[in-house]
Amino acid sequence: MPKSAIMLAALIVAALGVGASEAGAQGLAADGFTLANGLEVAVLPDHRAPIVVQMVWYKVGAADETPGKSGIAHFVEHLMFKGTKDMAPGEFAKTVAANGGEENAFTSHDYTAYYITLAADRLPLAMRLEADRMANLVLSDAVVLPEREVIIEERRSRIDNSPQALFDEQIDAALYMNEHYHIPTIGWEGEMHGLTTADATAFYRAWYAPNNAVLVVAGDVKTDQVKALAEKYFGPLPQRPVPDRVRFAEPPKVASTRLAMTSPLAGTASWSRSYLAPSYRLGKTEEAYPLEVLTEILGGSATSRLYRDMVLDKQLALGAGADYDAQMLGLSTFTLFATPKKDKAAEVEAEMDRQIDALIKDGVTQIELDSAKKRLAARRLYAQDSLQGPARMVGETLAIGRTLDDVKAWPERIAAVTVDQVNDAARSVLDNRVAVTGLLLPEPNLEASSPLTRPRATESVQ
Amino acid sequence: MSRGFRVAAGFALALFLSAPAHALTVEPVTSPGGVTAWLVEDHSLKIVSLRLTFRGGSALDPGGKESLANLGSGLLDEGAGDLDSATFHARLEALTASFDAEANPDMFTLSSRVQTEDLDGTVDLLHLALTAPRFDAEPVTRVKNDALAEIAEVDGNPDEIADVLWRKSAFGDHPYGRSWLGSPDSIGRIEPRDLRDFMQQRMARDNVIVGVVGDIAPAALKTLLDKLFAGLPAHAAPDTVPNVVAATSTEVMLSRLPIPQSVAVFGAPGIARKDPDWYAAVLVMHILGGGGFDARLTEEVRVKRGLAYSVDLDLDPMDHAPLILGDVATRNAKVAESIEVIRDQVRRMRDDGPTDAELQAAKTYVTGSFPLDLTSSLRICWLLVTIQRDQLGIDYFDRRNALFEQVTLDQAKRVAKRILDPDKLFFLVVGDPETLPGVKPAPKLE
Repeated sequence: MPKSAIMLAALIVAALGVGASEAGAQGLAADGFTLANGLEVAVLPDHRAPIVVQMVWYKVGAADETPGKSGIAHFVEHLMFKGTKDMAPGEFAKTVAANGGEENAFTSHDYTAYYITLAADRLPLAMRLEADRMANLVLSDAVVLPEREVIIEERRSRIDNSPQALFDEQIDAALYMNEHYHIPTIGWEGEMHGLTTADATAFYRAWYAPNNAVLVVAGDVKTDQVKALAEKYFGPLPQRPVPDRVRFAEPPKVASTRLAMTSPLAGTASWSRSYLAPSYRLGKTEEAYPLEVLTEILGGSATSRLYRDMVLDKQLALGAGADYDAQMLGLSTFTLFATPKKDKAAEVEAEMDRQIDALIKDGVTQIELDSAKKRLAARRLYAQDSLQGPARMVGETLAIGRTLDDVKAWPERIAAVTVDQVNDAARSVLDNRVAVTGLLLPEPNLEASSPLTRPRATESVQ
Repeated sequence: MSRGFRVAAGFALALFLSAPAHALTVEPVTSPGGVTAWLVEDHSLKIVSLRLTFRGGSALDPGGKESLANLGSGLLDEGAGDLDSATFHARLEALTASFDAEANPDMFTLSSRVQTEDLDGTVDLLHLALTAPRFDAEPVTRVKNDALAEIAEVDGNPDEIADVLWRKSAFGDHPYGRSWLGSPDSIGRIEPRDLRDFMQQRMARDNVIVGVVGDIAPAALKTLLDKLFAGLPAHAAPDTVPNVVAATSTEVMLSRLPIPQSVAVFGAPGIARKDPDWYAAVLVMHILGGGGFDARLTEEVRVKRGLAYSVDLDLDPMDHAPLILGDVATRNAKVAESIEVIRDQVRRMRDDGPTDAELQAAKTYVTGSFPLDLTSSLRICWLLVTIQRDQLGIDYFDRRNALFEQVTLDQAKRVAKRILDPDKLFFLVVGDPETLPGVKPAPKLE
C-alpha cells in the first residue's frame, strides 16, 4: 500500500457518549470513531491481560442473500480463509497460529464476523491480515468446491443429525412469512449444492467494503494507538457503494400455526410457542427493553414464573422458560418453551395457556420486576468479565446500525422499565391467534435404547 | 500487501517470544485452619470468582449406583440447613451469585462468581451446601427425572452414542467404561442416604483444590476459606479406581443408526500428564490433529477433500487411563475414505515425525496462545485449580514456555513413534455408512 494513501486517509473522530477514560469503575469502557472511508471503529480498553481481540463485523448476513442462493453468506465466511493476492489459501490461519493467535468467524442472519485473538503487541499483524482480505480475496474452483462439501457436512452435523435443529428450522419457516429469517443461516441443502465460485465472488464484491464494516478492538490497547493502526491498515481501503439492506415487511398474520414432528432420535418431548416480536430496530421498538425484562421474569432463573409453576408446583415439565433476542435488524421472535414430562405435552400446553392468560389479565408484579432487573444488571457486570463478551456485545450492536451509546445505556434503560411497560408489551406480543406452536415428540423405536452418556472431558493444562 | 509481509511477521515473532508469557501474579494463601488456595488478586471489577475441585469423580460411584456423583452435583443447590430448595434458590438469586456444580470421572467441581458486596452471603450458602445438604424428596425426585431425561437425550445424539460406545468397548467393566449418568435402574437405587455418604466421603479438606480470582485481598481470603470449609471432614475416602489401558481393536466397530452423516470416534492409549514426554506429545498432536488449519488432519480431511467440517485427535489424560481420542463426522458415502485418510496421516506422523518448520510453528502457537484463554476470572480459576491438581508447581507459569521450547525434533519424532500406531487406532462408527469394509458390530448396550 502506498504511503501517500495512508497520509491522505483523514480521521473523523466522532465522540460517542462517555469516553473510555471517563467511564465509571463498573461501566463499559469504550471509545468510538469512524474512518474517512466509512469504517466504524470501537475500542474497549481492558488491561487485565496483555491480550487483544480484534473483530471485524460486516453488515451483511444470511437475510441479505439473493433468493435461491441460501447459505452464500456463511459460505463466503468460510471462503474468507482461502487466500488473497498475497496470501496463499490457508496461509491466513497458519500465520495467526504461528504467531500464537487464534481466529475464527461466525455468521448470523444479520451480520458476519471475523475475529483474531492474540498478544497485544501483535495487533498490527491482525489488522494487516484482516484489512488484506477485506479488499483482496481471490477465489477459484480449486478451493471453493471442496469447501462447499465442508459446509454441507457442517449442515449435516448441526442440523440434519439433530431432530430439534430440524424442527426449529421448520418453526422459523412458519413464523416468518416474508422476512428472510425464514431461511436457515446455513442454507437449504438443495441450494447449497448449487452455490458456485461466481456466486461467492459476487456476494463478496457486493457487500465486503470498509463502509459496510465495523472494527472492534478489545484488550490491552489504547484508543490512540488503535486509531493510528486502523488508519494505517484499513484507512487506504476505498469506500464502495453497497446494496441497501432490506428486511421485508411481514404481512399481517391472521392465522395460528401448529407444527408437529416425531423422531426416533428425540430423547424427550419439546413444546414451544413463538410470536413475532419487535426488535431494537423494527416494529414497536419501545417494547424491546420491556420484553427483555419480561423474558427474565418468565424464564430467567430457577425462581422465575414458568419454572416455578410448571416444574416445581405442577410438576408437568422438566424445564420451562422464555427466549427473546432484541438485537436484530428485522422483527425478532418471542418464544415460550417447555420440556414436558412423558405423556404430559397436552397438560403442559393447557397450563402454558393458563399462564399466558393470567399474564395478560393480571400482569407482572413490582417484586418480579425488581428482582428481574437486579439479575439482568448482575449478568451485564459478569459479561464484562471477559474480553470476547463486551467485544461481541459492541460488534452486534453496531452491525445492526445502533450505536455505542446504546450499549452503554443498556443498564439504565433496563432500570427504567416499568410494570406497565412490561404488561403492555406482553399484551401486544403474546397473541395466541397468530402464534406458531410446535411439538416435537420422541418415537420410541430406536434399536439402541439403553442409557448412553459420555463423560465430561477433563481439560488439561498444556 | 507486498512480499515483505512475511519478513515483517517473522521479525515481530522474535519480539514476542522475548516478551513475558503472562501477566498473572499468583499467590498461595493458607488459612489459619490449614486450607490453601491460589489467588489472583484483581480489583478491576467488583467480582470474586471461586473454584473448588475435589479429587475423585463419577468413576468412584459404587457399582449399581452409577449417577451418584452426577445427582450430587445436581442437588448441591437444592436445599441445605434450614433452607429448603425454593428458599435456597431465592437466596442465591437475591445475591445474584452463580453456582455451578459438575462431576466428571476424575473430579467434582463447584464454582461460583459473585459481586464483592454479596461475597459473605454467598460463602455462607456454599458452606451450608457443602456441610448440611438436605436431599429433600421433591428435589431428589426432580433431579433424578432430569438425569433420566438427559439419558434419553443422549440416546438420540450420535456424537454421544459414539463416544460412549467407544469407551464401553475400550474399558469394558472398568469404571471408565460405564456411564457417569447411570441407568434408570441405578438412578432408581440411589437414596438420600447414598447422597449423604457421597458428600461425607468425597468432599473433604484433604482432597479439595481451591482457586480464587478477583476483588479480594489475601487476609480476607484466609477468613473466607476457614468459613467455607468449617466442619468439612479432614479426610476423603481413598481413590480406589485402578489404572487401566484402553483395549483397542484393529477392526472398525459399527452401530447402525439411520442418520445422513456418520460419526466416528477413534482413539488409543495415550500418555500421562506426568510423563516426561508430555510436552513433546502436545506438540506432535497439535501438528497432527489440533483441529486448526495448521493441523495435518484438518488439511487432508477437510481442506483438500471436503470430507468433514471438523476433525481432531488430541491427548485426553484421564487420571487412570491416558488416551489419545478424536472424532470426525462424514456423509455416509464417504466414511471409509475419511478413516483411510486419518490412518494414513497417523502412519506418516509415526514414521517420519513432524518437520522442523511444523515443530517451530507449533511451539510458537502453544506458547503464544496460552494467555489468550485467561480473560475471564472463572477461566483463570480453572487454570489455578488445574495446575495444582496436576502438581505442576506455582512456578509453572514461568517454566512453561521453556518446557515446550526445549523439545527437539529428534524427541518429537521419537514421541510420535511411541504414541502413534495406525493399526491400533480403534474406530467406532455410529451412522449408516454405505461401504465400510472389515467392520464388526459395536458391543450390545446394557
